[in-house]
Amino acid sequence: MKIVLLSGSKVGSKTRTAMDYTKKAITEKYPNAQTSLIDLAEYDVEFSDGRNYLEYEGDTGYVTKTIMEADAIIIGTPIFQASIPATLKNIFDLLPVNALQHKVASILVTAGSSKHYLIAENQLKPILGYMKAQIVQTYVFVEEQDFHRKEITNDDVLFRIDRLIEDTVVLTETYTKIREEKEAAYGF
Amino acid sequence: MEEFRINKNNGMEIGLYTLGDHVSDPRTGEIMSEHRRMKEMVAMAKLAEDAGLDVYGVGESHQKHFIASSTPTILAAIASATEKIKLISSSTVLSADDPVRVYEQFSTLDLLSDGRAEIVTGRGSRYGVYELFGYDMKDFEELFEEKIDLLLKLNSEQKITWSGKFRPALNDAEIFPKPLSGKLPIWRAVGGKPASAIKAGKIGMPMHLAALYGASSVFKHTVDAYHRTATEAGFDSAKLPVAMATMMYLDKDSQTALKEYYPYLNNTFTQLRGTPFPKDRYAEATSVKNAIMVGSPQQIIEKILYQYELYGHQRFIVQIDHGNLPFKKIQEMIEMFATEVVPAIRKATKGSN
Repeated sequence: MKIVLLSGSKVGSKTRTAMDYTKKAITEKYPNAQTSLIDLAEYDVEFSDGRNYLEYEGDTGYVTKTIMEADAIIIGTPIFQASIPATLKNIFDLLPVNALQHKVASILVTAGSSKHYLIAENQLKPILGYMKAQIVQTYVFVEEQDFHRKEITNDDVLFRIDRLIEDTVVLTETYTKIREEKEAAYGF
Repeated sequence: MEEFRINKNNGMEIGLYTLGDHVSDPRTGEIMSEHRRMKEMVAMAKLAEDAGLDVYGVGESHQKHFIASSTPTILAAIASATEKIKLISSSTVLSADDPVRVYEQFSTLDLLSDGRAEIVTGRGSRYGVYELFGYDMKDFEELFEEKIDLLLKLNSEQKITWSGKFRPALNDAEIFPKPLSGKLPIWRAVGGKPASAIKAGKIGMPMHLAALYGASSVFKHTVDAYHRTATEAGFDSAKLPVAMATMMYLDKDSQTALKEYYPYLNNTFTQLRGTPFPKDRYAEATSVKNAIMVGSPQQIIEKILYQYELYGHQRFIVQIDHGNLPFKKIQEMIEMFATEVVPAIRKATKGSN
């Protein structure tokens, strides 16, 4: 199983901190899973100009191809101006229609205010749904107060991340099995 | 229709086309040489002619996984290997070329082939050609509209005075050579959605429509929009031919066809577009109402005639050499297509529409 952790912002450290913990926890619990962390702060990704993702070179090509090859994507995002960051939206814009078909997507949000709780529900999930992802419905919402010196200090958050990982892996395995059974029935 | 060299009395024109895709074998990962692929495109045209098919098309691309960048050259080689089959570009990316040069090339091809050349022009669905020749995707629409305007003018006037944004102006210019009968059929390639069909209708050009998969009825909206717009623009839409283009796989029975074809279709989509062909969408091919042309000869006949009821098209061309399909299979398909499918289609469409 290939899991890509996508840290969706160039600004700040909270999302990256949470994604680092998530990656570590996946590796411990599922050592056979192939995980890779893409922190968009570390890549120079172009804005989408409408071409097919296979036609991008460099960082843009690497990021899009890695996502397209994944079985599951864990998206980490802060909330900027009551929405997801443009860096993250650009990734979706770079990918084809139906890009997330047969992939599981799960969400981890970091935010400066609890008032942003429903933003992933109202803004991120519709995008993932449009792109045909199987969405892990329960997401993890982490606030400023849950961090201290680049570590998550709230045990409740850590438990919730562990559950998110488990749900992501179990759903990916389940959907893969369902799809394989359905496709085997076609006989081609 | 005579202007476009279509004779309704002969029934629907049927043919093959290739995009010259050059991808690896889905099972072994091996890829044939460019040399061999190029020769096979010509050999396939020869087989199509020998089998009595009407049309052969070669479509242009300028990027990895494709080798048909110089379509007039390939068509010229085919012209000298054949005598009767019509030679069309399917399509020429006019947006990234000079209409004068395109016209010169196809007039030349027309003379060399004794009047068999046709231009199918489009905007291209891939980015490579724009990047290679330094065109900006921002001008996607304007490039084509300006160039098609000039191309049509070159086809209808002897001395051309013209000016535009993307090419130096022409002042009383004359183009040599002229096509055999003075004019070339020039079609507009349309990707499926009504927007570009409407543009074709507005300027009264024949429409060459790709309908690869999904419900066949969806493409009827595009065909209807085309005819409606042409009529509104003052053209007699009954005189404007429509061609349908798609991919096809034939085998003796439907189960074998479905099973054998999937890896190649999926390979085509995976390598060229980066998205696999979903099996559930593919499974819909068993319905006569679905546009995916895979099945037994009888199924393909039913599908083509079902589409004919919807679109009333004058030409139907299929791609049978994509995704690294072996040449032996291509040969078998041409044989089966020509002996079992084509006669039934011609019989059913002769003299009508």
